[in-house]
Formats: sequence, structure tokens, C-alpha cells
Amino acid sequence: MEIYRAHVLVCTGTGCTSSNSGKILEEFEEHLKKNNLENEVKIVKTGCFGLCAEGPIVVVYPEGAMYTMVRPEDVKEIVEEHLLKGRIVKRLLAGDKEQETISKSLDNVEFFKKQKRIALRNCGVINPENIDEYIAFDGYKALAKVLTEMTPQEVIDTIKKSGLRGRGGGGFPTGLKWEFASKSKDDQKYVCCNADEGDPGAFMDRSILEGDPHSVLEAMAIAGYAIGANQGYIYVRAEYPIAVRRLNIAIEQARNYGLLGRNIFGTGFDFDIELRLGAGAFVCGEETALMTSIEGKRGEPRPRPPFPAVKGLWQKPTILNNVETFANIPVIINKGPEWFASIGTEKSKGTKVFAIGGKINNTGLVEIPMGTTLREVVYDIGGGIPNGKKFKAAQTGGPSGGCIPASHIDTPIDYDSLIELGSMMGSGGLIVMDEDTCMVDIAKFFLEFTVDESCGKCPPCRIGTKRMLEILERITGGKGEEDDIEKLEVLAKNIKASALCGLGQTAPNPVLSTLRYFRDEYEAHVRDKKCPAGVCKAMVNYVIHAELCKSCGICARNCPVGAIKGERKVPYVIDDEKCIRCGVCMEKCPFKAIFKNA
Amino acid sequence: MSSQVKQCKCRKETEQEKYERIGRIVDEYKDREGSLIQILHAAQGIYGYLPVELQKFIADKLGKPLSEVYGVVSFYSFFSTKPRGKYTIRVCLGTACYVRGGKKIVEKLQEILGIGIGDTTDDGMFTLEVMRCIGACGLAPAMMINDTVYKQVNPDKLQSILEGLR
Repeated sequence: MEIYRAHVLVCTGTGCTSSNSGKILEEFEEHLKKNNLENEVKIVKTGCFGLCAEGPIVVVYPEGAMYTMVRPEDVKEIVEEHLLKGRIVKRLLAGDKEQETISKSLDNVEFFKKQKRIALRNCGVINPENIDEYIAFDGYKALAKVLTEMTPQEVIDTIKKSGLRGRGGGGFPTGLKWEFASKSKDDQKYVCCNADEGDPGAFMDRSILEGDPHSVLEAMAIAGYAIGANQGYIYVRAEYPIAVRRLNIAIEQARNYGLLGRNIFGTGFDFDIELRLGAGAFVCGEETALMTSIEGKRGEPRPRPPFPAVKGLWQKPTILNNVETFANIPVIINKGPEWFASIGTEKSKGTKVFAIGGKINNTGLVEIPMGTTLREVVYDIGGGIPNGKKFKAAQTGGPSGGCIPASHIDTPIDYDSLIELGSMMGSGGLIVMDEDTCMVDIAKFFLEFTVDESCGKCPPCRIGTKRMLEILERITGGKGEEDDIEKLEVLAKNIKASALCGLGQTAPNPVLSTLRYFRDEYEAHVRDKKCPAGVCKAMVNYVIHAELCKSCGICARNCPVGAIKGERKVPYVIDDEKCIRCGVCMEKCPFKAIFKNA
Repeated sequence: MSSQVKQCKCRKETEQEKYERIGRIVDEYKDREGSLIQILHAAQGIYGYLPVELQKFIADKLGKPLSEVYGVVSFYSFFSTKPRGKYTIRVCLGTACYVRGGKKIVEKLQEILGIGIGDTTDDGMFTLEVMRCIGACGLAPAMMINDTVYKQVNPDKLQSILEGLR
């Protein structure tokens, strides 16, 4: 094996790839060659570090110096200064660049300090397209241990003892799920991985698949051994081309190494995995719909029971776990269930990966111990709200979840506390909203989503959510009627009680949750025909302040509908009838003379 | 497709050759249970879209009724029965992108391209679509053009991004 004195890690996740990390790689190759360093410094293409907004990201070891927002023209300097002369290029380091006490190592970056990376342990550390690197980081050790030292029941007991709960949303105990399937008697069983990450605002599964695909393959084989299955399916979104490519590479490599296929580790255990591509249907994230889709049919859910552990894919006993759940399994086997159970809260063990997005400074992926408070996530890790705005709420659980308002910002986040607050963990999307966000508009946004994605099989979801959306459109359109809020509540209750699958049963949650905490905003829309956040266009108008207007005409030139008229030395005026409330005039006015009336 | 499509210099695969290639894929997958969606992915990759005649061809080869194939095609948003542009623009309207102004990108693109959501420009260059989360939330607002993700898209720069592709 060749020894290198330094390693340059370049992120090739989706985020950094779109920030042009491919070009950075080429530049490194070129400049290392130019300086005759190609035998001393190794370039590693890694998965996601999580700090996507600051990409492209380059980390140089042994120092662990993390360079952010690296441009292709910066590479020359990194090579010549850092790699050749050993002087870290301070201006490119992560963190506050003005500070004297600049953090030169990854561990000192605020974004990473409160994190504990278990599921993401290898993301940004290894090259996901090289199985040897995974193996070097204890990869496939858990599978070897399970196959040679443990009985299937011992594996199930270990997972049960660890307290691991499903990371896809529901939070069902994983070990229990495995036990049910192991007790079902059948000649054929299946292990499925749900990589159809459809929740808007969540991308942890994508990052794991792109950054550490082998951890999922290993865990699926372990699950196969535990329940007595020899075939696995990964149902992955077609929207994730990089993840699909890396999974294919990983499966191929694992087969070549005899870690998938027949007689693994010479123990007589067979297990193989096939990929199945989704085709853009959100409902396929629901377990019964997903299995119907793997069968090549319309992805419609079916009633439960029978549960998949009894009759799943092709009517055979099946377990379905989410990507992040699987990524935890090898570590639990290697480090023991006690270790895992020592992290987190009483009923929610381990860590959870959150995708932080929306109105927050550090958008990206973070893995935190269960029980971390929302305040720590938003302010310590997320770096607070941009432009000095106020935190209004955080939305979790996607279209099935709800909002956590500022008054509950000190709540420790775990499965049960979120349910109590009327939200849910979901797959871990956490969207931060500031004072400029209208909560009625957000509720409408989620209902639009559900109406779009409802498969149409059961009437409560197909018709009920459409009726709810119509009411919300009325309210945000300035035509709300006095009893609309009550109507929403009645509909919500009935849909929750009668819809066929998880999608429909949880679809009213965004409305119920915003009604619970922001009822006054709904009332303002309905009674006073006002949108307090100034978002709902029907209730907003723009006016030009006559004294501040310098009659420059910039607003009129930028108005897309020609709604602004005026002449030199006379203040301009907006024709309210013509105005489409796009706000361009206000953005463009150099004298800040245009105001929005909400 | 319209005659205005820019033709590339290399010889184009004929209609018949495309059908033959799809036929070979169907044969390959035929005996594997539940592979209809995978076949349709491949067929759309070759033919560009899935017109009813092609669906009929696949159904016949698989020995399935056309209704079953059509049922699957119409269920999934990834499959299209209309010709698509050379570039498919998918604007993300997931939560993070929505909060950060994804809607403005859609409006601007509609204005520039002069088409609605789901439509294709007359020159066969661009198809405009809206997606619910492409998993690039850290880069909001984002969009995809074919397989490439564009991050933190500024509506004012859309024109030049599209020009670059023309």
C-alpha cells in the first residue's frame, strides 16, 4: 500500500457537485502534478460533509483544515501554500473569517461541535466508490461478526436492546419489526430499503447513499440473516442520479468481494440486492405502496393488516427500513447495544440526522443526539436567522408534520416530544421560518403538495384534502368566510380518522398545527382580510411614498406589467388595478421609497 | 418532433432501431418479476417519451394488457406521454426552496420560455416541470436541468443559464 503524507478530501455530493467541485478536482490533479506532489498527496473524492451552503468543500489532512467555498482559482494557492510549504490558507477556512482565533481543524468548526455522527460516520471521510476504504473503517466487520458469532435471534435481541427506532418517520422499534418478520414462517422473505426520500426538505438519505452506500448494503445483509431472507431490494428515487450510480458501483464491488451473493464469508448464507428505481410518486414512500411499486405496479397503498412482516412484497414476509435506520445497524453491532442506548433520551435512543433549511444561515445536514433542543439546532449549529430576522417557527415532518413555534424553542427534540407538540419527527427535514413567513400560506403549500400527490384510491384523501385546499385558497385569496376555520377543523378530523394510508391520515397535520399555534393569523386573514406577514398577494398592496420618490423611473422600467406611471419631477404612482404584487419595484427602488402595505 | 429541432451531425437512430433496442430490453427483463417500471425507465431513456404506440408495443411483448402499462405510465410523474424537450428543467418547490423563493424561478421561467408547467417549447429545446424536493435543500432555491443541479438560483440569471444551453 502506498503511503501519502497528506490527503485532500474533495466533496462530490450533490450539493458540492452543483457548486462545481468537479472542476476543483481537475485543478488539484493538475497543480499536484505541476509541483511533483502526486506521489505524496492523495486526492479523495468523498460524500457529503453536510455544510452544503458553504460548498464546494475541501478538507486537507493531517491538519484537518476545512476550506469552504473554494473556487477553481483558489486551488493553486492551496497546493503551493498549504501542501508545498505547510502554511494553511487562512482566508479560505470555515467559520468567521474575520476572527483572530481562526479554527483550523474540522472539530473546531461551530457547525460540527455539537454533532455526533453515527449514521453519517463515513460521509465526507471515505471515497464512497471504493469498497476498500469502507472496509478500512470497520466496514463489513459487523456482517462478519453476525454471520460467524451470532444467531439470528441474538442479532434481533441486540437491535431491540439498542432501542433503535425507525428513522423514516413513524419511529417504530426496528428490532421488534425484525422479530415479527423472523417469526413469520415462509420459504421466501425479503428485506427492503426505503430510499424513496420524498419528504420535501429532507435529504439525509441521499447523502448517506452518496457518501456511504456500503453501510446500507451491509445492514441489509445483516437484516436478511436476522429474519431469514436472502433477497433485498433498494427502492431509490430516480431523482437521485448520483446515489443510483454509487449504489450500483457498491453492489458490484460487494459482489466481487463475495460480500453479497452466495455463501458469504463461507458461512453458507446467501444474500443479494437489487435496485428498483422509483418514478416520481410521493405516496411510494408509504410502505405498502412502496412494495406494490417494487412489483412494477401503480404504487397504491393497501389496508393493513396484514402487515408487511406477515404479507409484504409478493405476499411474502418483508421488512422495510429506511436508509438512515440501516446506516445505524453496523455500528450498533460493532459497538454494542449498550453504547447506542447510552446516547439520546429515555425513549428515543441514538442520534437523528436533520436537514436544516429555509431561513437559516448554515443550511445543511447535521446529526445530533436525540434530546438536543431546537434552540441549539437553530442558533448554535445553524448559526441563527439571516438578516437579523426573528425566528418564528420550525417545520418538521414535511407534509405529515407540523410547526414548532418560537415559544417551544427549548424543547428537546425526540420522537415523543414532537408528537406532543402536534408535529412529528418525520424523516428529519427541519425548515426554519422567520417573521416574513405566512403560516396560512405554508399550510396551503403543504395541502397543495398532498393534493398533488394523493394517489386517489381512498375518497377522504382524494376529495377531502382538495376541499381543505379550496378553503385555504379562499382564505389566502382574501375571500375567507366566517366559518372557514371551523370547517377546516372538521374536515381535518374526519380525514385523519378515515384515510387509508399514512399520507392521508397525516395530511391535515400542517393545518391543525398552524391552527394550534397561529390561529390569530388565520383570523386576521378571514376577519380583517389582512396577511400579517405580507405574503398573501391578494391582501397586500404597494405604494410609492410621494416625498421620498425622486422620480428616477427605475420602478416603472422594471415593472413587468406597466402598472407604474409618472414623469420627471412628479412622484410616480402605482396603478393598484394593474399591479400583480410581484414586489420588483420595491426591490429595485434605490431610494427605498416604495412600501408594502399588509 | 418538430422540424425545428437542431439536428446533430452524427447519424440518428431510426424509429425502427429504437423500437428494436427497446424490444431487446423487454426481452432481457421479461422473466424478472415486477420489472415493468424499470422497462419503462429504459424505454423513455431511448425514445424520449412514452407514446401510446410504444406502450402498446411493450404491453404486447410482455403479454400484458395495454391498460396495465398505461395505468403505470399515468400514475408516475416521471413518465411522459408527450414529446419532451432536449433539456428538462425541473424547478424544485420543496419546502426549503419554497420558503426561499422557488416560486419566483417558476414564474420567471414561464415568462422567458413562454410556456406553462408541463409544456415544451416549440423549438423542442426545453420542457418545464415542477418538482417536490430534489434533495438539495441546502442549496435552496434549486433546480435541475436534466441531471445537473443548479444551486441558489437567482431569477435574474435564468436567461443567461438558458442561453448557455442553446
